Amino acid sequence: MNNKTTGPGKIFDILNALFMILLAISTLYPFIYLLSLSLSSQDVSFTKLYIVPPKISFDNFEMVLSNKYIAYGFRNTAVRTLGGTALSLFFTTFCGYSLSKKYFPHRTFWTSFIIITMFVNGGLIPTYLLVRDLKLIDSYWALVLPNLIPTFHMVIARNFFMTIPDSLEESARIDGANDILIFFRIIVPVSKPILATLALWKVVWHWNAWFDSMIYTTDSKMHVLMIVMRRIVLEGLANTMDPESLAHDETQIVNPETLKAATIMVTTVPVLIFYPFIQKYFVKGIMIGSLKG
Amino acid sequence: MYLQNDLPVIKSTNLNQRKECSMENRLVTKHGQSINFLNLKKSRFYGYWKYKYLVLMFIPAIVYYVIFHYIPIYGVTLAFKKFEVLRGIMGSPWVGLENFEFLVTLGSFWEVFRNTILISIYKTVWGFPAPIIFAILLNEIKNAYFKKTIQSVSYLPHFVSWVVLSGLFIQFLSPSIGPINIILKNFGLRPIYFMGDARWFRSVLVGTHVWKELGWGSIIYLANIANINPEIYEAAIVDGANRFKRILHVTLPSLSPVITIMFIFAMGKLINDDFDQVFNMANRSVLKVADVISTYTYRMGLGQGEYSFATAVGLFKNIISLTMIVITNSIAKKVNEYGIW
Repeated sequence: MNNKTTGPGKIFDILNALFMILLAISTLYPFIYLLSLSLSSQDVSFTKLYIVPPKISFDNFEMVLSNKYIAYGFRNTAVRTLGGTALSLFFTTFCGYSLSKKYFPHRTFWTSFIIITMFVNGGLIPTYLLVRDLKLIDSYWALVLPNLIPTFHMVIARNFFMTIPDSLEESARIDGANDILIFFRIIVPVSKPILATLALWKVVWHWNAWFDSMIYTTDSKMHVLMIVMRRIVLEGLANTMDPESLAHDETQIVNPETLKAATIMVTTVPVLIFYPFIQKYFVKGIMIGSLKG
Repeated sequence: MYLQNDLPVIKSTNLNQRKECSMENRLVTKHGQSINFLNLKKSRFYGYWKYKYLVLMFIPAIVYYVIFHYIPIYGVTLAFKKFEVLRGIMGSPWVGLENFEFLVTLGSFWEVFRNTILISIYKTVWGFPAPIIFAILLNEIKNAYFKKTIQSVSYLPHFVSWVVLSGLFIQFLSPSIGPINIILKNFGLRPIYFMGDARWFRSVLVGTHVWKELGWGSIIYLANIANINPEIYEAAIVDGANRFKRILHVTLPSLSPVITIMFIFAMGKLINDDFDQVFNMANRSVLKVADVISTYTYRMGLGQGEYSFATAVGLFKNIISLTMIVITNSIAKKVNEYGIW
């Protein structure tokens, strides 16, 4: 800017920058605190505050990662995230592509048929009873199917496909390719950015999802990572942690607080690692979403 | 009858119409059905055959929406029935408005209703202006790299789910190991049991909500600030407006349409609560101030097996919520000619 920074303006700049730094610290500090707690040795005292623990130890993480329910949790979360995202992407874009075509029969009707479900829904109990009646309890399908096509994602995909010029498809159409072939050969290659965005949204959604696993899975071997973490941290450690894996060394003092912190960190670190890379896709998403569909 | 009906169609077919039905027409003629086919083509459902591959791509979606959206919507009839496990939703007997009559006379429901509205109001009072102020202040930062970093950091909590954050805050706010209470104790003050004290718990809900969504909520305002024509600022500078005056007379007025819209929508969502947050953070000792409609529905329904009653609670909330969306949308359209539909 070409205006000279005058006295009060300078003070404002400094205060503003300080305020922003303070805000950033207060955002990050709870995470840092938990990280430091999870890296503390188990006999840590809680009378002083520190960023780097006096004795760094990975015992907590070792213990958490050797817990068999955590391992099941990782497996289940991985299965639902990968499988769920792939299936979801498939059917969401299929639906979006067919509705993007102006000549799709009764297009307006079918579009509103779907959009209505964004505003009207059955709610918790009817959905739960449905999943139960479909005999999906304790299967991965219960975690994947009820949210197979997120309507908002479908609308985003449809709007994107509508911007692709028809001329792109023409040559393939003359060669006699049908809509499904055209979709895979021509539309998918030019839609990679939007497909990546939708996939990332779904991955994060699946990673963070926990409620469906809580109500639809009764077998503790089928619980996703978030539920295992929830049981350890929120419902108390004692009955969840595998006693054998904890008490292999009887002289060892088990500190539930550092262990809980390590459990939370295990579920959060993947998000923290990937966050810088995926962040911009989400910002883009909210910008698309805030425009009128 | 077959011929009588169809002959006139052929007669009236002029040259142009013949051209229109070139390829497919001939194809079907081979099967000797051209007359029938001409009728079919007039049918409103002909498109489903003509674009069968497109329809094929759409069929999974119809199946999905019917099963996982429309059947549960039908299941809402449970609110007017007395659920019997063996007979299912369809076979259970109708009881009319009995569940709702029970609902409005139930003291515990009105307590929950009050909690929901109160927590929403507190969240709006603190959480609504915060992202606007943050966006305006962030916009005043000149160093682009610094600005970007602050932005990225501020979005971070939005991506961490409430299950994780609840675990995190239970430890962070703990009276024995939480840093805030360690500081209080070092000053010789009594530790505060934030999570277990009914006087503090709502503040914890509001505070953590603002903390989580501050950065993310600012995106829309930042985008609108970025769209302000720089010439307006230059004109303001020429007129001798200093920083504060520029914020007051250029930035804020330019933001006022979007602020209005966001505020109207926030009002429309007053009845909505955050199940994930309350369910994971609350515990028995704060239930009286923390229990909201969604957690109540969950407890009554899946916890105690009162399926019909819980569905009635859910429907009651959905009707209010839907009405408020419709009202706010029409207000938004009047104010700004911009709504969600």
